[in-house]
Amino acid sequence: MTQELLQYLFSGITNGAIYAVIAVGFSMLYSSTELINFAHGEFVMLGAMGLVTLWAGFGLPLPLAFVLTVFGVACVGFLFERTAIRTVRKPDHIVLIIITVGASIFLRGLGMLIWGKDAHSVPAFSGHPPVDIAGAKLLPQSIWIVLIALFCALMLHLFFRKTLTGKAMEATAINKKAAWLTGIPSEKMILLAFFFSTGMGAVAGIIIAPITMCSYDMGTMLGLKGFCAAMLGGLGSLWGSILGGLLLGIMESFGVGLFSSSLKDAIAFLLLLLILYVRPGGIIMAKDTKRF
Amino acid sequence: MKCRIFSKKTVLLLTLLLAGPLLFSGATVAADTYKIGGIFSVTGPASFLGDPEKKSMEMAIDQINAAGGIDGRMLEAVIYDTEGDPQRAVQGVTKLINKDNVIAVVGPSTTPTSLAVIPFAERAELPLISCAAGIAITDPVKKWVFKTAQSDVLAVASVYQHMKDSGIKKIGILTVSNAFGESGKDQLLKQAAAFGLDIVQVDSFGDKDTDMTAQLTKIRKQEPDAIVCWGTNPGPAVVAKNVKQLEINIPLYQSHGVASPKFIELAGDAAEGIFLPTGKILVAGLLPDTDPQKSVLMDYIKEYESKYNLAVSGFGGYAYDAMMMLKHALPGTNGDKEKLRDNLENIQEMVGISGTFNFSSTDHNGLSEDAFVMVRIENGTWKLLE
Repeated sequence: MTQELLQYLFSGITNGAIYAVIAVGFSMLYSSTELINFAHGEFVMLGAMGLVTLWAGFGLPLPLAFVLTVFGVACVGFLFERTAIRTVRKPDHIVLIIITVGASIFLRGLGMLIWGKDAHSVPAFSGHPPVDIAGAKLLPQSIWIVLIALFCALMLHLFFRKTLTGKAMEATAINKKAAWLTGIPSEKMILLAFFFSTGMGAVAGIIIAPITMCSYDMGTMLGLKGFCAAMLGGLGSLWGSILGGLLLGIMESFGVGLFSSSLKDAIAFLLLLLILYVRPGGIIMAKDTKRF
Repeated sequence: MKCRIFSKKTVLLLTLLLAGPLLFSGATVAADTYKIGGIFSVTGPASFLGDPEKKSMEMAIDQINAAGGIDGRMLEAVIYDTEGDPQRAVQGVTKLINKDNVIAVVGPSTTPTSLAVIPFAERAELPLISCAAGIAITDPVKKWVFKTAQSDVLAVASVYQHMKDSGIKKIGILTVSNAFGESGKDQLLKQAAAFGLDIVQVDSFGDKDTDMTAQLTKIRKQEPDAIVCWGTNPGPAVVAKNVKQLEINIPLYQSHGVASPKFIELAGDAAEGIFLPTGKILVAGLLPDTDPQKSVLMDYIKEYESKYNLAVSGFGGYAYDAMMMLKHALPGTNGDKEKLRDNLENIQEMVGISGTFNFSSTDHNGLSEDAFVMVRIENGTWKLLE
C-alpha cells in the first residue's frame, strides 16, 4: 500500500509543480495589475511549442533552446501588453479581462496555423532511467520539474525582496498612483510584470513538454488549473501559488488513486470550494486582496 | 425616421446586387449537377478525422467527374466544417438541407456530431452516410442513416479474440472520458464475459490530462494480465509512456483510435510491443494478395498520396467509401432521394477501404469482423499478426 501511496504522491507533485509555475504567472500579474490574464494558458502552450521547434526541430542545445524560448515568449507577452492592453482607452477591469480572453483565442488560432493541428512530443531533459524509491518510480523529469519550479520561485522571491526594481514593482502593485507620484515609472513596471508573468508561463510549458504531448489547444485546461491553484493558495502571493499548485496536483492524484478517476477534477474543485469558503483569500492571504 | 442611413433606392440596389448572383448561379448549377453535402470536423480536436475525410471526398468526386460523372451529370461537393462541435454540425446540415438542396450528406466525422444531426436528416428524408464509429448511429437502424466506419463492437471483438488466443484472463481498462472512450468502455464491459475475460479495474482519464501514472498504479495493484487503453491521440501516447516509466511489464492493448503513424511518433520507444486493432489500410502493403481489399486499398493510397503529397491517413477512407456507395447507388435515380436510399440499402459485396459492405434493412453498417486486423508495433512500424 505504501508503494501505491508514494507513487500517487510523486505523480501529484509532478503535476502540482507545473500548476504551481502557471499559478505564479497568474499571481505575479494580478499583484501588479489586478488583472487576470486568461490568455496565460496560451503562453504555456507557446513555451511548449517553442521548445518543440527550437530543441526538437532546429536541434539547438537544450539550455539555449530553454532561454531563447522563455525570452521569445516573454517578448510576445511584452507585445501583447503594448498593443492590446495599453492601448485601451477606458481600461476597466472587465474590458481588460475580456481582451485577454480574446487574446487567448487569437494565440490558439495562431498556434494552430504555425504548428498544425497534430500533437508533438519531445524527449525528457535527461535520459536517466526512473529512480526506484520503495517500489515507486520517480521520473528524472519530475525531479527537473520540481527543481526548476523551486529555482524560479526562489529567484522571484529574491527579486522582489532584494532589488530596487522588485520593490518598485511591489509599490506599483500596492498603489499605482502613489508609486507614480514618488517617481516610479509605473507603466514600465506593469510592462515588466507582463514580461515576467508570460516568461513564467513559458517555463511551465517547457518543463511540461517532455511528460505530455504538446498541441495548440493544450493551454486552456492548464491555464484553468493554474488559475485554480492561484486562487487556492491566495491570488497575488508567490508562495501561496506554489503551495496551491502542489496541493491541487496532489489532491487530484490521490483523488484518482483512492476514489475514482472519473471524479478526479470534481474532487479537486470541491476542495477548492471548501477552502475558499473557509478562507476566501486563499490559504496564504495576500494583503488587501480585492475580489471582483 | 429622420436620419435614415440608406435611402430606399440604395437598399433596393444593394438587395439586387447581393441577391442577383445567388439567384442566377443557383438556378444554372442545380440543373445539371448532383450536389453532395459533406460535413466534417476539418479543424478542431477531431481534425485528424475530418481533414483527410474532406480531402478523400473531394478526390472521389474529381475521379467520378473525370470519368464523365453519373448519368452524364457532374457531382458537386458542398462541404462545411463542424469544428467537432455538435451545434455547428446541426447548423451545417440545416444549411445543406435548406440552402444547398443536396441529395445526400457524407459525414459528420465524430459520433457526437453524427448523433446530433441524425434527427434533422431523418426529418428532411435525406440519405446520410456518417463517417463516425459509434454503434448508436446505426443501432437501432434509422431509415435514412448509414455509416462506413467500423463499429467499436468489431474492434473490441478483435482485441478480445486476440487476448483469448494469448491466454489472457484478467484485464484492466483505461478509457478516455469522451464519447469515443465511453462507447469503447461500454463495449469492453459488455463483451468481456463472452471471451472469458475478467475485468479487474476500470479507470478513465481526461482527454487533456498530462499524466496517467496514478490510474496505472491503481490498475497495477489489481495484477491484471493485460491493460486495454481506449482513446484517441494524444492521451494514449502518454499512457504508453507512463506504462514504460512505471515498468509495468504486461501487454498493453490500444484501440483503433490511435492507429496512425502519429501515435508511434508521439509515443516513441514506448510504442514498442503495443497491440492494436486497425482497419486494413494501415497495413495494406503487408496484406496477402488474396485479400479482396488489397487492390482497392493500394489504388486509394497511391491516388491520395500523389494528389495531396501527404502520407495517407487511416480515416479518410470512411468518406471515400461513402462516395463510392453513392456512385453505386446514384445511377438511374435522377436525384430522387427515396430511390437513392433504397439503392444504398441494397448494396452487396462492395469492397471498400474499411471492409466489405453488405447492407440490408437491418444492418446499415454492413461490415463484419474481417474489417479489422490485429497489429503489433515493432521497430517503429506495424507488424501484421495472424
